[in-house]
Amino acid sequence: MAEKKLMKGNEAIAEAAVRAGCRFYAGYPITPQNEIPEYMSWRLAEVGGHFVQSESEVAAINMVFGSAGAGGRAMTSSSSPGISLKQEGISYICGAEIPCVIINMVRSGPGLGGIQPAQCDYFQATKGGGHGDYRMLVYAPSSVQECVDLMYTSFDKAEKYRLPVMILGDGMLGQIMEAVSLPPMRDLNTIPKKKWATTGEGFGDTRRIINSLYIVPDELEAMNIKLQNIYDSMAVNETLVEEYLVDDADIILTAYGTVGRIAKSAVDILREQGVKAGLIRPITVYPFPTASFQKAASGKAKEFLAIELSMGQYIEDVKLSVEGKKPVRFFGRSGGNIMSPEDIVAFVTKENK
Amino acid sequence: MSIVFEKTSFLTDTSMHYCPGCTHGIAHRLVAEALEELGVKGHVVGVAPVGCAVFAYNYFNCDMQQAAHGRAPAVATGIKLTDPDNIVFAYQGDGDLASIGIAEIIHAATRGTNITVIFINNAIYGMTGGQMAPTTLIGQKATTCVYGRNAETNGNPIKVCELLATLTGPSYIERVSLGDVKSVKQAKKAVLKAFQNQIDGKGFSFVEMLSSCPTNWHMTPTQATSFVSNEMQNMFPLGVFKEVE
Repeated sequence: MAEKKLMKGNEAIAEAAVRAGCRFYAGYPITPQNEIPEYMSWRLAEVGGHFVQSESEVAAINMVFGSAGAGGRAMTSSSSPGISLKQEGISYICGAEIPCVIINMVRSGPGLGGIQPAQCDYFQATKGGGHGDYRMLVYAPSSVQECVDLMYTSFDKAEKYRLPVMILGDGMLGQIMEAVSLPPMRDLNTIPKKKWATTGEGFGDTRRIINSLYIVPDELEAMNIKLQNIYDSMAVNETLVEEYLVDDADIILTAYGTVGRIAKSAVDILREQGVKAGLIRPITVYPFPTASFQKAASGKAKEFLAIELSMGQYIEDVKLSVEGKKPVRFFGRSGGNIMSPEDIVAFVTKENK
Repeated sequence: MSIVFEKTSFLTDTSMHYCPGCTHGIAHRLVAEALEELGVKGHVVGVAPVGCAVFAYNYFNCDMQQAAHGRAPAVATGIKLTDPDNIVFAYQGDGDLASIGIAEIIHAATRGTNITVIFINNAIYGMTGGQMAPTTLIGQKATTCVYGRNAETNGNPIKVCELLATLTGPSYIERVSLGDVKSVKQAKKAVLKAFQNQIDGKGFSFVEMLSSCPTNWHMTPTQATSFVSNEMQNMFPLGVFKEVE
């Protein structure tokens, strides 16, 4: 029987990271994710790792660049404004093909915005974020347990594809307390060695260079094609989605993360009221579970409802996947406001009258 | 026949891209010779900056990472904490270190992170074509201060060694010059000490090298080294600014 503990989302994800082999964390305080650096500050010391409270988000992501480039399992975390500051570093990390993990406990924006939950960093997380042509593997957990489970495999995925994995949460997910089963402590000896990492032995022909500078256009284009091929293979192998009561549904609700969970409750209420509702909840928002939407759009579903804590970002990927076959409507809140399952039910039943 | 001089093995055979008369080549050799003499082969990771030395990863014969502009001390911090037994150095220019990266160098220094930083101060942005640097002298011409740097409109140059010497963290801070042979010999001693300190676990060590940029200063190489030895040294005095025994 796995160990079960009552933990806050931020603390649970930090513990899962340590158990996954994370031995370096750098970060800068920002609400609502402060429990992650606080937890890491004492926990990493217990397991022989290193914690740095950096001078800025910019420094934090570049410390992760260095540590992960040297072959360690390294991560950082922040919330929206801080993630914006990390974008330069994330672009370099993608260009230099460095595996690491970045957690964004999203808060409302733009600007300094607010500290309440939001999903307004969707475009930034899924379309690149910084300069250049790159993507990340982006997980959108909807419960503390899912945070733990996805965090636990994130380093393996990052290292398999040599890119950063982003865990796209929100302020609610970071602050909520739930009972979680924690995975076992990963034996660091079972982590595959990285031949490309700058571990110091390099000399002459065995030198390792971590670099994102390609001054010759053909070489840079080849690099971009290589990255695109990696993203394509990730789409085949890593896309995760939860489908709930989709097959006979007249209306497909779709949402990710915390909102996906709220929408699932709305589906249950709607079903009790005789409305045949279903849910598509992407667990990876990049790669996007396009196939689930295409299947539903070609089937019985009459319409889709994209639900998000932003003003129409997520709906764009839903529409691209539905390809105009069925109408896609929008229900969103923002500014830190959250819809309840009843709000969604009211929206659906009112619109269907 | 006996060998009287050999290129240090810590430099690769790659031809350097530096301009004729540029002192980056000398600075590279001093760093490489020091690493060779200290016998740390197989335990070194360097960090290249953005700027003229961006291609340093092609020249230093060791594992290298190329950092974003100004972030080399943060990258070096991540590398050092991941493999504390490795000798880790950052090699940065004045725009990289004293302008966009001033926060990273100050905080790496104040944390006392056990790394070695080589700071090339040639008072100009070389790679981008001669714009004003944070260390450009008052009166010195650059493409973004065409009549010469004026404190009122362009601000004043930063003295990095003096700034860092106010901090408790660093173990060793010295400014040297590459303007003449005697100074170069002193620079070599400083580089050796900065790396020996790291081997001894003393913490953050910093060597600033006053360097020339004949191309963007619009001088001949000899005029440029003379400018280093006179004008630059007047503004940026040589010496040890901090040393913890």
